This record gives sequence, structure tokens and C-alpha cells, in this order.
Amino acid sequence: METITPFTPVTGLLGGMLIGLSAVLLLAVNGRIAGISGIVGGLLTPSSGETGWRAAFVVGMLAGGILYAVFAGSLGIALQAGLPVMGIAGLLVGFGTRLGGGCTSGHGVCGIGRLSQRSIVATGTFMVAAVGTVFVARHVIGAGA
Amino acid sequence: MNGQAAKALVAAAAGLLFGLGLSVSQMVNPAKVINFLDVAGHGDPTLALVLGGALLVTVPAFRLILRRSAPLLDGRFHLPTRQDIDLRLIGGASLFGIGWGLAGLCPGPAVVASLSGFAGVLVFVAAMLAGSWLASRLS
Repeated sequence: METITPFTPVTGLLGGMLIGLSAVLLLAVNGRIAGISGIVGGLLTPSSGETGWRAAFVVGMLAGGILYAVFAGSLGIALQAGLPVMGIAGLLVGFGTRLGGGCTSGHGVCGIGRLSQRSIVATGTFMVAAVGTVFVARHVIGAGA
Repeated sequence: MNGQAAKALVAAAAGLLFGLGLSVSQMVNPAKVINFLDVAGHGDPTLALVLGGALLVTVPAFRLILRRSAPLLDGRFHLPTRQDIDLRLIGGASLFGIGWGLAGLCPGPAVVASLSGFAGVLVFVAAMLAGSWLASRLS
């Protein structure tokens, strides 16, 4: 299932800047952190006054994906794992981000953005865990395949 | 327009930028994310530029924004206040990292990628919601 992808520095940098701009807009106007695990997870345990903007953000995200797919033809998604692994991975991502108080956006983009020590440590930790996991999955377990 | 509606509109605009950013940078593609994480394989350093591009904007802009006493449409900034590095932070980030490495999806890209309708992504998102809910019950 391994798919080779080319290095795309220009669209990478551009996309990253759009994500940064999104976080700036949400903080400057609404005073909120653009952490997706918190925004999505918060919808499951609604508290008053928080549901509307969270739902609107998710709808906007989906609209952004649709807009891109309309112009580019597709989102260009190539899955790398089967259903059972995707299920286990989703459970770990949901549980871990809620427990650790953030994901790539909340800790990575916004937390490091305000130079939070907790976020820098969390980002380093999940990066190392993810690199280790890919190494084991592709080069230890997957080596014989 | 009342305050809640204005805030929802701003959140939708921010969501749109976020969804576009994830799509343009191809971070919605698990293959690209895993190839970045695969330091011993083919390698695709794009993700570093995505995070770098985002920080290029947030680091200076957040400094300026947080100098103000309040955001434009709210009485205060809603920021995390905790400073301590505890087991929940490290444990949670570790579990997240393992899941991220297995699937190549984190929460934002997973939500956008669900548009594809692929069973694998839908299973991932359903399990992610279940995991988040489970963790919130433990808190």
C-alpha cells in the first residue's frame, strides 16, 4: 500500500500559511485557539455558547475541502492502512488528543505559535511517537512483505 | 447580527481557510504524512514546510494579537492556562502519535478527508470521536 509522493514545497508552504491565517483570524476576532481535536471533541460534550462556533468551523473546513476538490478534481487521498488499523488508529488519536489536550493544530500550530512549553513538549512527543510507529510498521513488521 | 452569529460566521471563515490549507498542502493525504514520518524510507519533507509556513504566520501574529486586552468579538482570550508537563500530556501525545503514524491522519485532515467517503476514513473518524468521548469521561 506504500505510495510514493513527490516533495511539494510551494503548495506545502502556501497551505501552511493558510492554516496559520485561519488560526490568526480565530484568535484575533473570537479569542479562540484553532485546535481541531478540541473543536471536534467539544461538540461531543457540548457546553453552552460553545457549540455554534465549533459547528460553524467544522462546516467551513468541509466547505474548504469541497472548494479545493472542485478546482483540483479530487482531494488526492491514498490510504496506507486497512480498516482494522484505521479503527485502532482513530481510537488512539481521539483518546490521545483529548488526554493530551491537543493535536497537530492546537499544540503544533497554535501552542508553538504562542511559545507554550507544554505544546512544544507535546509536539516533540507525538512527532517522535509517530516516526517510531512508522519505522516499526514499515521497516520492522513490513520488512518481509 | 448578534454576537453569537457573528462569531459563528468568523469561525466558518476560519474553518474555510483551514480546510483549504490542509487540502492545498495535501496534508489530507495520509501517504504524504506517512512519507514525511518515514525517516528511513523515500521521504517527503513537505509536512515540515506546512508546519513552518503556519508558524511563520502564527508566531509573529500571535505576539501582536495577544498584546491587546481582548479579541474583537469577545471579552477575553480563551487560552490554555496550564504550564505543567504531566503524565497526561506526555501519555496523551504518545498515544496520539502512535495513531497518527498508523493511519497518517490527525483530527483536521481526517475531518476533511471524510469527504472522500472512503470507508477507512469514516471508520477512523467514528473511532476518533469514540476515543475522544471516552477520554472526556475519564477526566
